[in-house]
Amino acid sequence: MISENSPIILSVNDLTANVDGTQILKGMNLEIKAGEIHAIMGPNGSGKSTFSKILAGHPAYEVTGGEVSFLGQNLLELEPEDRARSGVFLAFQYPLEIPGVSNLDFLRVAYNSRQKHQGLEELDAFDFDELVQQKLDVVKMDAAFLHRSVNEGFSGGEKKRNEILQMALLEPKLGILDETDSGLDIDALKIVADGVNQLSNPDNATLMITHYQRLLNYVVPDYVHVMANGRIIRSGTKDLALELEERGYDWVLDEAAAGVA
Amino acid sequence: MTASVTSLVNQPYKYGFVTDIESDTIPAGLSEDVIRLISAKKNEPDFMLEFRLKAYRQWLKMDEPTWAEVGYAKIDYQKIVYYSAPKQQKKLNSLDEVDPTLLETFEKLGIPLSEQKRLSNVAVDAIFDSVSVATTFREKLFEAGVIFCSISEAMREYPELIRKYLGSVVPVGDNFFAALNAAVFTDGSFVYIPKGVACPMELSTYFRINNGDSGQFERTLIVAEEGSSVSYLEGCTAPMFDTNQLHAAVVELVALDDADIKYSTVQNWYAGDANGKGGIYNFVTKRGLCQGVNSKISWTQVETGSAITWKYPSCVLVGDNSVGEFYSVALTNNMQQADTGTKMVHVGKNTRSTIISKGISAGKSENSYRGLVKIGPKADGARNYSQCDSMLIGDTAGANTFPYIQVQNNTARVEHEASTSKIGEDQLFFFRQRGISAEDAISMMISGFCKDVFSQLPMEFAVEADRLLALKLEGSVG
Repeated sequence: MISENSPIILSVNDLTANVDGTQILKGMNLEIKAGEIHAIMGPNGSGKSTFSKILAGHPAYEVTGGEVSFLGQNLLELEPEDRARSGVFLAFQYPLEIPGVSNLDFLRVAYNSRQKHQGLEELDAFDFDELVQQKLDVVKMDAAFLHRSVNEGFSGGEKKRNEILQMALLEPKLGILDETDSGLDIDALKIVADGVNQLSNPDNATLMITHYQRLLNYVVPDYVHVMANGRIIRSGTKDLALELEERGYDWVLDEAAAGVA
Repeated sequence: MTASVTSLVNQPYKYGFVTDIESDTIPAGLSEDVIRLISAKKNEPDFMLEFRLKAYRQWLKMDEPTWAEVGYAKIDYQKIVYYSAPKQQKKLNSLDEVDPTLLETFEKLGIPLSEQKRLSNVAVDAIFDSVSVATTFREKLFEAGVIFCSISEAMREYPELIRKYLGSVVPVGDNFFAALNAAVFTDGSFVYIPKGVACPMELSTYFRINNGDSGQFERTLIVAEEGSSVSYLEGCTAPMFDTNQLHAAVVELVALDDADIKYSTVQNWYAGDANGKGGIYNFVTKRGLCQGVNSKISWTQVETGSAITWKYPSCVLVGDNSVGEFYSVALTNNMQQADTGTKMVHVGKNTRSTIISKGISAGKSENSYRGLVKIGPKADGARNYSQCDSMLIGDTAGANTFPYIQVQNNTARVEHEASTSKIGEDQLFFFRQRGISAEDAISMMISGFCKDVFSQLPMEFAVEADRLLALKLEGSVG
């Protein structure tokens, strides 16, 4: 699917960011083209989850320098809801439970916000119901989940499937999966991975944030990046992930330290 | 609380205007002479003056309660004006004779009183400061045998009913504010539903405080005879003043055998400014007596206004198999304080009660639920279910729950559930990441939180209540 001429979806240049006055990102660089699947791996505390939240615009993080361009526009200028409506989707590591708000209403309001933003037709409850029924198949979800409150009482696997269902409806240009594999048993992992693969196409891109190689057996990345101490220290293909699985992270960190020194 | 949460909850109060109207106002202060003057102005029967004086003499011996989770400067009861009424001709033959300024005022508040514009299926009693200015659909209701008028008229026209029921549920010396009300109340609504009649339309009273120095002391009495039913709704607003106004109301409900009373409140008194200056002190006693077998009283309240709310709509379940319900949403923002809840007193056999309380606290407000469930020794098979949920918006507001449970009968079943949830930065970020604005996110979460209560409101007002809450919270989350 990769082609040199594919349009650039995301371009991150020398991005730095703080939380509560502590620097978390120390010069991130990354370019993602249409049709590509990227994985960012790295030890705990390397800043990879933070990076995903900053791309989505979480207000707790302060960007202190650098640039992020998304489909040619300055992403950092946009409010979180406008980033989402323009096609940035973040599947959360810990999806929140929202008691009292039905999953179906939540999905419809989210879908229509994007439709409206892109000048497309908003769907009424009936038409939306039809659309959502089709999308349920992507993650093999039972329609009963639509009528429950958002994530309330869902198992870990059901929450992650619900995230992918939202992604299936919103059809983002850039889907960011933050530790989507954490807490999943093998069956749930396969369903989620299968959903992600179905959604991947030559016009969009996927960025997986993960600690383990396991997910990458099912969603095979084109590029693998190792992040440590707030920046990417090594990039490679899927073989790099396998090597990390075998040898751990220490050797990459050592080599990077040696390179810097 | 971050700036965006804060900017979301703060919406200007749109009912804060003052109507410029000539009024008949007596000097501030309280004494037996003032009470005699009020009674004379209202042209009441003698038993009413005795009722008032008895209450006043008891009140003098009582202390203002201090147990509620609220704090305020001492009230000087001699600085309050106890009677203020818009001047108008003595006797009105129809609504068309009501001062147009008053009609306009109510129109501005969304309560059209004139024949052409009024709500088609809701009868309204409009109360301005101390007096009732208009009651719509009286004749139509009268044809069904339903009496719906101001309590002042009822005292003159139906003295035997007033004498029998006034003070029968909330005695004159019940508590400090109820005693004060009994001494000085100036108007309110009276509803009487005769045996076997289902009231053909929603009844509603709209309270408006206009005078900056006056208190509003209204008294509402609803009597539902055997096998009758009625749904009643009250709404309240007041202008914005820098000073605090006292609102001390009493509501009494009586349900005889198989009768059903549904009483709903949408309270939006002026709450004071963001720094807590001004606003209404809402100290209210509401109680329903399920006197007959199989009777039912249901309270639904949406409390969004007032600087301080002190209010516990209660049910005394005397008749066997009688049912009491309390559904409440209390929202506090900025410096508002609310201490509200209910009392369910089970006296008869197989009596049942349900309490659903939803407290929403934003800004630096304090919101407390205080409720008593009491099962008496003869209440065999009594059941209660209570659910008290609190929602915190941001991280500077407070929420408390004070449930009191007293059970004197071992066949009773009492359940209590409680939860606390939060609308914070992470919840909002989740919605925004899906393309939903923070305003819509709050309104979805609040509607979801309140839906068990809003579904109890009469249709016409459920939508209104939803919107009111959204407006009240605009600017509070970020």
